[in-house]
Amino acid sequence: MFVEAGHFALALALGLSLIQFVVPLWGARANDPVLMSVGRATGLAVFACIAFAFMALTIAYVTSDFSVVNVVENSHSAKPLIYKISGVWGNHEGSMLLWVLILALCGAVVALARNSIPLRLQANTLAIQGAITIAFLLFILLTSNPFTRIVPAPAEGQDLNPLLQDPGLAIHPPLLYIGYVGFSISFAFAIAALIDGRIDAVWARIVRPWTLGAWAFLTLGIAMGSYWAYYELGWGGWWFWDPVENASLMPWLAGTALLHSTVVMEKRDALKVWTILLAILTFSLSLLGTFLVRSGVLTSVHSFAVDPERGTFILVILILFIGGSLALFAWRAPLLKQGGLFAPVSRESALVVNNLFLATACATVLIGTLYPLALEVVTGEKISVGPPFFNFTFLPLIIPLLLLLPLGQTLAWKRGNFLGTAQRLYMVFGISLVVTMAIFAFEHGGPVAAPLGIGLGVYLVLGSFNEIVARSWSRGTPLAVAWHKAANLPRSTWGAVLAHAGVGLTVIGIAATAWGVEGLATVRVGDRIKAGDYEARLERVVPRMEANYRDDVAVFTIFRQGRELGSLESMKRLYVTRGMPTTEAGIMTVGLGQVYVSLGEVAADGSVGVRLYHKPLVLLIWIGSLVMALGGGVSLMDRRLRIGAPVRAKMVPAAAVPAE
Amino acid sequence: MTRKQRRLTLIGFAGGVLAIALGLVLYAMNDTIVFFNSPADIQAKNVQPGTRLRLGGLVKEGSIQRGDDQQITFEVMDAQSEIRVHYKGLLPDLFREGQGVVAEGVLESATSFRADSVLAKHDENYMPREVADTLKKQGHWQGEADAAPKTQ
Repeated sequence: MFVEAGHFALALALGLSLIQFVVPLWGARANDPVLMSVGRATGLAVFACIAFAFMALTIAYVTSDFSVVNVVENSHSAKPLIYKISGVWGNHEGSMLLWVLILALCGAVVALARNSIPLRLQANTLAIQGAITIAFLLFILLTSNPFTRIVPAPAEGQDLNPLLQDPGLAIHPPLLYIGYVGFSISFAFAIAALIDGRIDAVWARIVRPWTLGAWAFLTLGIAMGSYWAYYELGWGGWWFWDPVENASLMPWLAGTALLHSTVVMEKRDALKVWTILLAILTFSLSLLGTFLVRSGVLTSVHSFAVDPERGTFILVILILFIGGSLALFAWRAPLLKQGGLFAPVSRESALVVNNLFLATACATVLIGTLYPLALEVVTGEKISVGPPFFNFTFLPLIIPLLLLLPLGQTLAWKRGNFLGTAQRLYMVFGISLVVTMAIFAFEHGGPVAAPLGIGLGVYLVLGSFNEIVARSWSRGTPLAVAWHKAANLPRSTWGAVLAHAGVGLTVIGIAATAWGVEGLATVRVGDRIKAGDYEARLERVVPRMEANYRDDVAVFTIFRQGRELGSLESMKRLYVTRGMPTTEAGIMTVGLGQVYVSLGEVAADGSVGVRLYHKPLVLLIWIGSLVMALGGGVSLMDRRLRIGAPVRAKMVPAAAVPAE
Repeated sequence: MTRKQRRLTLIGFAGGVLAIALGLVLYAMNDTIVFFNSPADIQAKNVQPGTRLRLGGLVKEGSIQRGDDQQITFEVMDAQSEIRVHYKGLLPDLFREGQGVVAEGVLESATSFRADSVLAKHDENYMPREVADTLKKQGHWQGEADAAPKTQ
């Protein structure tokens, strides 16, 4: 019953989003405030309908309603509750439903912002949101209906792909989708500005929190996906330059560029046309990512059922939106007025350089990801473009960017002084150099990449915080005063400092992977395996039964230089319903590093293939990402973004603006 | 600087960065991409030993031999020929005799291949796409319909 109601709610949402698309757009043309404000009501209604549909599917999963095909194919009554819920989006249809749910949520939030957005801009933006919602609702209803029934209903389901039966599924897709889809708002605002032919600093101030929020969530989503792959796949790697990973990295790079160019636009009213283009490109790359992952042109754990019809449909959506928006851009962008001037050496120029490098790096990733697909279509030749390609093209573009980062952050707006800026950073240069040398001396001819990379990371972290020190402390300032000043710096400054320091931490974590060691052996109970200073002794292998799987648990004791650190469990798991084995790596965190034990086959004679890794400082890779996202969050809380937009005085009660 | 000069500087700088990026991409395309081949392709194209490639096919029944310390050899076959693969490491969970596999590594001779990574499928419904295409081309595709539950 609920299932049919959910299906109906989706169809209703489609009708409502048609209204949301047409009426406000018409209202904006006719300059009719009543028609324009229709967008608000429909935006909320569309969200309510899609949320209801999503809830209906969730109920079908939780109650194991096996008369629904989607539930039969991806669930099982013995599955733990958390995987029944997260399993809703652990399949093609459900994940697309989550996609539009978040899209509608974004639309609803824009609709609720009654006072902070000019009505005309809001109407156009909601109309564009409506258009995107129409496309994806049509996609779901015509090709990927999650509510299809099956007669007769089977007694039991086929269970969820075991690789997805992990808390990661509850976290990674929603975060990633909020990021992906959040950029649709920046896109909709950009198109709205093009339709209107008018754009200014107010526009930038309205769009910036959206971009910032989407960016922070995308950062978290990518980091979570990376950590999940790291512990679940049992290969010990955290990034494989897999096309599916690239699909999420590209919008992240473009979004990072957008974030920075919006700052220039907001503060200096410059780079307008470029910012609009970036907003279009960022969401286009999100769509491209959705296409690559969902159409089945790539095979990975992310591509569920392969169905050419779906691929074609998403491709059409892709062409329509990207082509349409770029055409509109080509037609309307010349109308936008040029903004403020700046000298070649200035913060603005530094941000232009940032954008240039990020966009170019993004383009190389795009080429590396699409080239194999294009080549196969054209010549039939199958190739793989792997880590060597990306390391060779991406790193030479990103490293100069990172080297320039603290300089750019320190440069003054409008007209800067390069030498003077470099002088303000001399302590930072000095300390980073000393750290690099010290590590070189300490490691006695180890890999060169590690000390250089860690030096770069330290330089980034110190260079970021140098901004805070420079703005709050000078020789002779009492510490208490400096502390007070630092605490009262704008939140957006703190946000930028944290985000940049997060980049530094991630760089340190990545550089330290050069120190990673591993060992491989066939062991029996009592045998030891060695990797660098670390050893693992196999204590016992015991079977264990759970609700929907069976484990062979290998218990290891871990030693460092002969001293016992504790024990960990590594597992070979067999999911009974699908008869599918998986490897559950055993992980022990030692400081910021990890000891990682992956099991191979358990032979009939009781011997086990074991790979032991020690990965120093590996946690910094993800901690750095968390700090980046935290920086985004802190920046979002900036006073200017909360209350800065023009507000009609009579609608705001005096108490609503806290005195700060 | 006038607006025009400023714009020229910017275009020049952007052009420089793009040119460097293009150079890197073209160089890397020559050097780092890896071609996918089936055992029959290797014979037909007369691929030289020492070439890095991805080898895909089916693991021949009864060909898996295990040595000390996770040394493993097995044969990868397609309809026409087969190649012995040497690998040291842990095999993926879904590595099975008679099923699809992709190995990346270096061709040592016309009949021997040293792999540094071995990939199997992600779940039981899935055959590596390259392998499936090759088998279809050679007319030996039996489909996975019998192995995989019908979904529609």
